[in-house]
Amino acid sequence: MSSAMFEYLLRLGDDRLVLGHRLSEWCGHGPILEEDIALANIALDLIGQASLYLKLAGETEAKGRDEDSLAYFREATEFRNLQLVELPKGDYAFTIVRQLFFDVFSYHLLEQLQKSSNATLAGIAAKGFKEVRYHVRHSSEWVVRLGDGTEESHARMQKAVNDLWRFTGEMFVADDVDREVAASGIGADPSAIQPQWEKVVRNVLDRATLVIPDDPPAMAGGRKGRHTEFLGHMLSEMQIVARSHPGAEW
Amino acid sequence: MNATATPESVIQLLTEVKDPELPMIDIVELGVVRGIVFDGGTIRVDITPTYSGCPAIQVMEREIIATLSSYGFDDVEVRTVYSPAWTTDDMSEATKQKFRDHGIAPPRGSAETGGIAELVSLRRARPTVECPFCRSLNTTEKSEFGSTACKSIHFCNSCHQPFDHFKSF
Repeated sequence: MSSAMFEYLLRLGDDRLVLGHRLSEWCGHGPILEEDIALANIALDLIGQASLYLKLAGETEAKGRDEDSLAYFREATEFRNLQLVELPKGDYAFTIVRQLFFDVFSYHLLEQLQKSSNATLAGIAAKGFKEVRYHVRHSSEWVVRLGDGTEESHARMQKAVNDLWRFTGEMFVADDVDREVAASGIGADPSAIQPQWEKVVRNVLDRATLVIPDDPPAMAGGRKGRHTEFLGHMLSEMQIVARSHPGAEW
Repeated sequence: MNATATPESVIQLLTEVKDPELPMIDIVELGVVRGIVFDGGTIRVDITPTYSGCPAIQVMEREIIATLSSYGFDDVEVRTVYSPAWTTDDMSEATKQKFRDHGIAPPRGSAETGGIAELVSLRRARPTVECPFCRSLNTTEKSEFGSTACKSIHFCNSCHQPFDHFKSF
């Protein structure tokens, strides 16, 4: 059980660590001041959540790794995040559409995980669930405004939906790890979340006058450590200080 | 260790530890301190983080140990607990007044708990936030995200002041 739980916690932690880092790349580059602050706030929430999941992962593994060693001293192939979250931040439209897809997924997942039979995991998820409510409000508002906005904003948003859609299927692929943690009451089966996710996302995209492309959601492999070429580059930047000065404190 | 110490007296000492980003608010009234347990010679202080990524929690942890040590309690363990999640719902009126006195609108009402259909609706009801300067209710939310994870940004249409709001959470 503990090896499946360790894997499961890495997935929860890595999704939020990698997406949090991508969002933090907007700090100082936001399109308007309020959005610069909002994206940095959401990045902080995600990285905070990641550190809690990774800390618990380290304790579950019981090999002396803490959240920092898991974040900074693993290679790309050891990361278990969705490919969706590692893609470069793109333009603001790309960032916001990705946030909507992930936020709605996270909302439904954490809603379930609050009831985990593991009390620590349930507590971490309950806290994250309160935060993700703000995230969902933020991303859905912007998707509607920009999708149903100007010709330029609509075109950028539609392109983002087209480019990202094929990465969404991976969120709902359940494998042996998911099934084992779901059966024991620790985790949630991601495939069960898909209908609710799609209902909410379609509702928002409809109101934003955006359409879902015909190509089926196809990309997968992140949960097994198969990533796009972008993750390694991101990690090299994220990990450079910790690896250059191991154990540094300030 | 002081033989007359009780959990209540330790809590009283912890009111000297302030939130580093809200120095008028102590960690007890903020709802961060969850309990004191005397375990042999050790005092265990249970605390709960506010937001997952709030960096203030690490400062608070160090300050708890330093403060209790200054009163002769050298064997202190700070433990983080997650459940039930931190909330602003139990904040006293006296604490809320301290926020106002420092130009920050305190949390108003309970944290909302509606379903996702409400969250994604542009027509959702937005909480009315009272201006901490002139107490007007004619205010506009500028951003749900502010200078720290716990605050949002608002503008008062009556006295024309921008202000921070400590979010209901």
